[in-house]
Amino acid sequence: MTWAERWATIERFLPQLWDGTLVTLQLVGLAVLIGLFFAIPLGLARASRHWYVRALPYSYIFFFRGTPLLLQLFLVYYGISQFEVVRKSFLWPYLREPYWCALITMTMHTSAYIAEILRGAIQAVPPGEVEAARALGMSRRQALQYIILPRAIRIGLPAYGNEVILMLKASAVVYTITMMDIMGVIRTINSRTYQYELFFFVAGVMYLIITLVFTQLFRLVERWLKVDASRQQR
Amino acid sequence: MTIRLSLASLALGLLFGLLGASAKVSDKRVPRLLGGFYTSVVRGVPETVWVLMMYFGTVSAMNAIGAWFGNPQLSLSPFVAGTFALALCFGAYATEVFRGALLAIPKGQKEAGQALGMSNLRIFWRITLPQLWRVALPGLGNLYLIMLKDTALVSLITLEEIMRKAQTAANATKEPFTFYLLAALIYLFLTVFIMGALHWFERRANRGFVRTEL
Repeated sequence: MTWAERWATIERFLPQLWDGTLVTLQLVGLAVLIGLFFAIPLGLARASRHWYVRALPYSYIFFFRGTPLLLQLFLVYYGISQFEVVRKSFLWPYLREPYWCALITMTMHTSAYIAEILRGAIQAVPPGEVEAARALGMSRRQALQYIILPRAIRIGLPAYGNEVILMLKASAVVYTITMMDIMGVIRTINSRTYQYELFFFVAGVMYLIITLVFTQLFRLVERWLKVDASRQQR
Repeated sequence: MTIRLSLASLALGLLFGLLGASAKVSDKRVPRLLGGFYTSVVRGVPETVWVLMMYFGTVSAMNAIGAWFGNPQLSLSPFVAGTFALALCFGAYATEVFRGALLAIPKGQKEAGQALGMSNLRIFWRITLPQLWRVALPGLGNLYLIMLKDTALVSLITLEEIMRKAQTAANATKEPFTFYLLAALIYLFLTVFIMGALHWFERRANRGFVRTEL
């Protein structure tokens, strides 16, 4: 097979590959955004001084970081249907769909990791700054809102960028519950063309390109939020 | 099976990591470029893709090699393919860990070794490696825990490890939640066990060193 023929085969499937890319991007994008939303209370509670506040987020994070995403995905997609209550509930039309299961699982998975990043970032805020804010008469809440969180966001941003890329790569398993993401499309094409080497190579290149674009985007955001500037002051 | 797979990948991955790190800190251009290429490409592509590629993507290549030796039926077993794929990914991340550790070892020690007339290999074996271990251990431990979870991906190429067994049991009994939860608990147990072992190794590796405390 010549390279021209190979390219012609790839070109024939370009629309499907594009659709797959959109599904992957959509899932990852929604998961890391909603995950961030859930991670903020989790991370705050995890950094709490009281053990009873810490305990629940700790076990949540421990479970989601200690088990494979593939397993969690199966637990939600196949596992939940074991219970009659779930099948009878109004949520069933959603929980039956692979899309919602993938989104829910990925969001829960990533929010555990983001919460841990956030905790690290909160604990890395210099205590002197917090004391200064309190000394200026800010309430605890104000100190959190105006001093701790803005600082923690800048400290945690590079790690959050890493997490987005890790999620992008982890999302390649959602094809197992019949999602048509990049990997799902590739598997379908493979079973039609038997060009395994070629299309796994294509998949690799596609993920590589998306990773590179994300890395550059995060570099821009870091520059915009002046992450470096806040680091130099230390 | 999960444990065996993860240990085999760990051994091979450490080798890849050491090779990659030595290439990356090399004085010569070509190994440096190759090392950089290895880490950036492998880390940019999902583990799932590597696992599937190693298993399905090597069929015709292995057949060709097999035909050369007079056995056209030659192919990679799921275990071997899985080990290679996981080791490849582990090695790419381990390269960075080892590189950091290599740079943390003072250059003067290598020069001292040379002054004593030791060969380069001997310097590596007697001076660099024992210290590398100490510095790289926490990073490698994290990577090993990540890799342990990636072993679940090898169930996709039909290797009978925890995930696959849970799947079989779930299908047979129609109780998927029970068995997947059980599998999750096994992973958690393994994680806790490895964390304990790592803590012990770190204590052992760090005896005689004062820990920096803030």
